[in-house]
Amino acid sequence: MIWTIARREIGALFLSPLAWIILAVVQAILGYMFLTNLDNFFILQPQLIQLDNTPGVTDIVITPLMQVAAIIMLMVMPLITMRTIAEEKRNRTMSLLISSPISMTEIVLGKYLGLLLFVFILVSLLMLMPLSLYLGTSPDIGKLFSIYLGMLLLLASFAAIGLYLSSLTENQTIAAVGTFGALLMLWIIDWAGASLDNGQSILSYLSILQHHQSMLEGVFDSSDIAYYLILITGFLVLTIRQLDRERLL
Amino acid sequence: MSDTLIEVENLSRYYQNHCAISHLSFTLKAGEVLGYLGPNGAGKSTTMQVISGNLAPSEGEVRIAGHDILDAPRAAKSQLGYLPEHPPVYRDASVDEYLSYCGCLHRITRSQLPAAIARVKSQCGLEQVGKRLIGNLSKGYQQRVGIAQAIIHDPPVVILDEPTVGLDPIQIREIRQLIRDLGRERSVILSTHILSEVQATCDRVQIIRAGELIYNAPIESLQNSQDNTAVVALRSPPGLDELLALSGIDHAEALGDGKFRLYFLPESNPDALVQTAVDQQWGLFELIPEQQSLEDLFIELVRDDGAQSE
Repeated sequence: MIWTIARREIGALFLSPLAWIILAVVQAILGYMFLTNLDNFFILQPQLIQLDNTPGVTDIVITPLMQVAAIIMLMVMPLITMRTIAEEKRNRTMSLLISSPISMTEIVLGKYLGLLLFVFILVSLLMLMPLSLYLGTSPDIGKLFSIYLGMLLLLASFAAIGLYLSSLTENQTIAAVGTFGALLMLWIIDWAGASLDNGQSILSYLSILQHHQSMLEGVFDSSDIAYYLILITGFLVLTIRQLDRERLL
Repeated sequence: MSDTLIEVENLSRYYQNHCAISHLSFTLKAGEVLGYLGPNGAGKSTTMQVISGNLAPSEGEVRIAGHDILDAPRAAKSQLGYLPEHPPVYRDASVDEYLSYCGCLHRITRSQLPAAIARVKSQCGLEQVGKRLIGNLSKGYQQRVGIAQAIIHDPPVVILDEPTVGLDPIQIREIRQLIRDLGRERSVILSTHILSEVQATCDRVQIIRAGELIYNAPIESLQNSQDNTAVVALRSPPGLDELLALSGIDHAEALGDGKFRLYFLPESNPDALVQTAVDQQWGLFELIPEQQSLEDLFIELVRDDGAQSE
C-alpha cells in the first residue's frame, strides 16, 4: 500500500519536466566543479608528494565537491518536496487517499518513500563522478562509502522537513520557501554558537552541517546517524499529526 | 451483517463556532437510494465528508456496515465509495492509470484489477477515453471518471456529492440510470440541487436546512400525497355544502369563478364528483389533480422554517 503511493509519487515527479531539469542542472554544475577540483589537484600534486601524511585525491577532489553539492541540495530539495502534499490539497485529490482504506501513516510513509527514491537516484548519479576516478587512480573506497551514506541521510532529512512543510499549506510556493528557510536555519544555527561559549555545543549539535561534515571526512559516528534518524522520524510524525488534525478543524 | 448499511447517530459538526450540521440521525438500508437535498450551505457536503471520514465528527457516531468510522476506519472505508464535490482526479494521469491506482488503493489484487477497470469503464461510458489524459477530458468525462473511481472496488455504500454537475442531458440520463442500477443492491446517498433528479432516482428524500434535518420520508409517500387535491371548474356551480356532501371529500374551498379546490380523503377518487356533476348538470369543464411536486415541498419547507427562525 505504501509502495503504491510511493510509485505514484515518483511517477508524478518524472512526468513533469521539473525532476529531469533538476537532475540535469545539478549534474552539470557539479560536473563543472568536479573538473575544476580535479585541475586543482593536478596543480597541487607535486607539492603534496613532499609532505608526510598527505591528503589523498578523495580529500582534495571529492570532499569539497560534496560540500558544494550539499549546499546546492539545500536549494533544490524544497523544489522537489513542495508539491507532495500541497498539490494534492490544492487539486482536492487528498480526499481520494483519505477515503481509501489506508491510514494516514501509510499515506505519509508512501509519499516519503517516493521522495527517498528520488533522493537515491539523485545521489547515485552524483556518486558516478567520484567513481570515475577509478579510471586513473584509486580513491579511498571507505571514505566514498561514508560520503555516499552521508549524502543520502542528509537529503533524506531534507525530504522529511520538506514533506512536513508541504503538509502545512496548499500553496506550493509557500511550501518551497518555508522548507528553504527551515533548512538554511538548521544549516547556519551553529554560527551563533561560535561567539557563545556555553551555548555552542547544543547549537552545533543541532546544526545539520556539523553532522554532515564529519561524514564527509569519513568519520562514521553513530551519534550522527542517530541525529538524522531522529530528525526524519520527528518530521514524519509531525506530518501525520498535521494531516490528522486537519480533519478536526 | 445486518442490512442497515449506514447509521448516523446524533451527528454534529462545528467549524470553530459555526455549526455546520447539528444532531443528524438517519439510517440507510441496503438497496436504498437516498436523495439528500438542501439549499446551498445547508451542510450537505459536510455530512458527506464526515460519513466518508474526510472530516472528523464533533459529536455523534457514523457506522458503515457496522464499522465505526473513527474506531475502525479501515474496515469502514473499505465498504465505501465516495465521490466528493470536485472529482479527485490527477490531471497528469491517463484514465487507465488513474483507475488502476485507485484500484490498488482499495486493495484490489493485481489479477482482478483489469476486470474491475473494464467493468467500471463500461458502467460509466469511459471505454473510448482509457488512454487519454484526464486533464484533457471535458468536465463531464472527468465527472464520470470520478464516479468510476467511487465504484471500482464494488462497495456496498456509495456516496455521490452532486454527481451530475456539468454533464449534458444525455449523460445525466445515463448517470441516473447508473445510480438506479447501483441502488439495486447497494446503499446510495445522492446529494443534489436538481429536484427532478431525486424524483427520478431516489427511494427516499431527506431535506436539510441550516444543519438540521427537516424532512425525511420515502418518495412514495410524497407521490401518494400528490393525488389528494384537485381543482374543479364548473359552469353552473352549486353551493359549497353540496360539494361537501359528496362521498370521499374531506373539505373544499371556493376559489371564485366557479372553481373549487377539493381535498379528497385518502384512498378515494373523484368518481362521485364526476357522476354527480353530470347528473346535476353543473357543467364540469375542468378537473385538474394538483401535483404537489418535490419542488413545492422543498420550497415550502425551506421557506417555512426560514420564516420561523427569523
